[in-house]
Amino acid sequence: MTATATPTTTPREDTAATRAHPVPLAGGYRFELVKLVSQWRIRLLVLVCWIAPALFVAAVSQQSTLPADTLFGRWMHATGWAGSLVVLGFSGSWALPLLISVVAGDVFAAEDRLGTWRHLLVAVRSPRRIFAAKALAALTLILLLVAGLACSSAGGGLIAVGNRPLVGLDGHLLTPSDAAVKVLLAWVCVLAPTLALAAIGLLGSVALGRSPMGLLLPALVALAMALAQMLPLPVAVRVALPGYAFISWNGLFTGPTQLEPLLISIAAGLVWAVAATAAAYAVFVRRDFTNAAYDGTGRRSVTFGLLPLAGLLAVSVAGVAVATPSTGSGIDQDKVQRSLATAFAHLYRMQTDELNRPAVTEAQLQVSASCDRGGGQGDNEGPGNDWRCVVTWHLPGVQVSGSAVYQLDISANGRYVADGDGPKEVNGYFLVHTRYGDAPNPLWQFDGNVELLSASSKG
Amino acid sequence: MDARLAVRARGITKCFGDIVALDNVDLDVAQGQIHGLVGPNGAGKTTLLGLLLGLSAADSGELDILGTTVRRALDAPDGVTGFVDGPGLYPSLTARQNLAALAALRGRGSAAARIDDILAEVGLTDVADDRARGFSLGMRQRLGLAAALLSGPRLLVLDEPANGLDPAGKRHVHGVLTRLAAEGTGVVLSSHRMDDLEELCSEVTILATGRVVFSGPLGKLAAENRELDYRLLTSDPRAALGAAAGTAGIRVVESTVAWRGAEAFVVRALVPALDELVARLARDGVAVRELAPVVSPLEAALLALTEPQDQEAAR
Repeated sequence: MTATATPTTTPREDTAATRAHPVPLAGGYRFELVKLVSQWRIRLLVLVCWIAPALFVAAVSQQSTLPADTLFGRWMHATGWAGSLVVLGFSGSWALPLLISVVAGDVFAAEDRLGTWRHLLVAVRSPRRIFAAKALAALTLILLLVAGLACSSAGGGLIAVGNRPLVGLDGHLLTPSDAAVKVLLAWVCVLAPTLALAAIGLLGSVALGRSPMGLLLPALVALAMALAQMLPLPVAVRVALPGYAFISWNGLFTGPTQLEPLLISIAAGLVWAVAATAAAYAVFVRRDFTNAAYDGTGRRSVTFGLLPLAGLLAVSVAGVAVATPSTGSGIDQDKVQRSLATAFAHLYRMQTDELNRPAVTEAQLQVSASCDRGGGQGDNEGPGNDWRCVVTWHLPGVQVSGSAVYQLDISANGRYVADGDGPKEVNGYFLVHTRYGDAPNPLWQFDGNVELLSASSKG
Repeated sequence: MDARLAVRARGITKCFGDIVALDNVDLDVAQGQIHGLVGPNGAGKTTLLGLLLGLSAADSGELDILGTTVRRALDAPDGVTGFVDGPGLYPSLTARQNLAALAALRGRGSAAARIDDILAEVGLTDVADDRARGFSLGMRQRLGLAAALLSGPRLLVLDEPANGLDPAGKRHVHGVLTRLAAEGTGVVLSSHRMDDLEELCSEVTILATGRVVFSGPLGKLAAENRELDYRLLTSDPRAALGAAAGTAGIRVVESTVAWRGAEAFVVRALVPALDELVARLARDGVAVRELAPVVSPLEAALLALTEPQDQEAAR
């Protein structure tokens, strides 16, 4: 049954209309940015990321007690660059996953919550361009937040403490310019896992819609990866996780630079970013925006989201295991001894300088270390706080060699804290006078890093 | 293909899984016509509006919009705009920012320059710089209509645009739709408010369980309709009641109804029998002070045409 009424006015045109073209990507990108920036919580995040780190670093640097349990925290009195690295360590564990959750985890879900999908489709006329615009806008905002964390923390440290040399993780001294470059590189390196988490956030936002799980997915994945790093997992699994670059940037601050785990973890992060974005895209473009009874999201999420990523993890682990010589935990007696001896030699030289003793070189000291776990009762490998080391060195013109004892607490990710256990005049607690004021004896407690992927000299 | 038709649909069928949302639907909407879509919940109105907006494609049938054949989703021609399931607004943006962002998205600089005029036309000038978060449903509807006006529509598709409108808002919306129709824009709107449809639409299509049960001018609907209930308020209720009881084709449904402080009664009749009753009352010297359908003709038609199908579907 049809009916047609004669219009009461003359139509303005009788010609057929032209087909509407999708909105250009640049227009969609601007539209998404406007929507994101108009949200008060996003504005607040930007403000916090650009101000809070500076205030935190400046305040902590002025305190008598430093966050020595955080990497580079013990050096916050000594150089302005240490504060930025402390913030970087904290950001990788907590801040960035949460920021990513708020931005990427909500960028698609917000349309579900507001009921604006149909409106957006009518306006843009291309799901592909909507996806691209949203992903680019979220990426832009996340980069702005990371830049804020980096610039603010570095600026706060430089203003409060100054542009001074930074002690690396093997005890060697980085000039201020080297420190600046390496701090910048460290922040650039964590962009890879940041992008991976952002892509996982996009996937969660697309697949789970307005469900809180979609919003929290990046934070939950980051938490799971952080827990995994605390477990005694094989080193290949550890390095293949997309978030390992949140840890492996530590390798920039050793000499020579621990490049292998860093590059592998960056590659893993980028591959995950691409794969998760592709999975999110596959789920998104198959969505039926017109069917109110649409229930295929869960099944499609498994098919196009979880299964490919699980497969990617398996392939990554296998690839790392085949391509690298390390097996097991990656922490063995020989690596620990080499790392501790190197750090001790650098710091001994530094202590000598600060105590105004005759200068020595690392080569002259001929430092060696002998380490075991639990008094030699078990296998001398793997993480734990029961490593005990005796360090031996020689001074030029002195017949008797010196020795000192350290207790080591080695984490599963290769980072360790060496705690001096005597003799007191070598590695006990006392203050030394430096150019920038009094500081604890550098040989008393220090941080080090065992490279998990390097081959043991014995092996 | 008739270029004067804003919409020409033939045999449109659309299914979602096992659910048949539209079943062999035909629809013609002329340019410059305001066409109402009526039907109970689940009748397929929103699905049909979604097809017109290009949100999805029909499973079968032919759909021509503004003289262009539409075969795929998001393939609707330029000039088609509107909203289904409520206007899509961003609560963190002001009314003006919502429109400016949309104008920029569509790359229409001329539209951006007209934002103030459009806001005035829908009666939102006073709240132009307020965030949409605080808007009432009626204000949101008007802002949604304003967003649709940005692109200079040739076919405007609106799903329940009258929801939540106060009298002033209703006046603004009706004024806009009437102006657009006068300028040649085809308007297709769904509504559960029969008074609005009767006031605005020259034609309506009634849908029930995905099928067209009526399509045509409102006058034709009244002619095809069954008996309606009319409330009769007269100067002498007793005499009028007697006259009604004695008139062929008139059935007294309620002999006494309190209405605006007076005594009225309700009769059921076709229009010719009602005409006869009015003439008889005039001859008897009984003044007819009010004669109005208890429910609007459109609503009565809707109930009459769709209820049996509902019952059939229920069985």
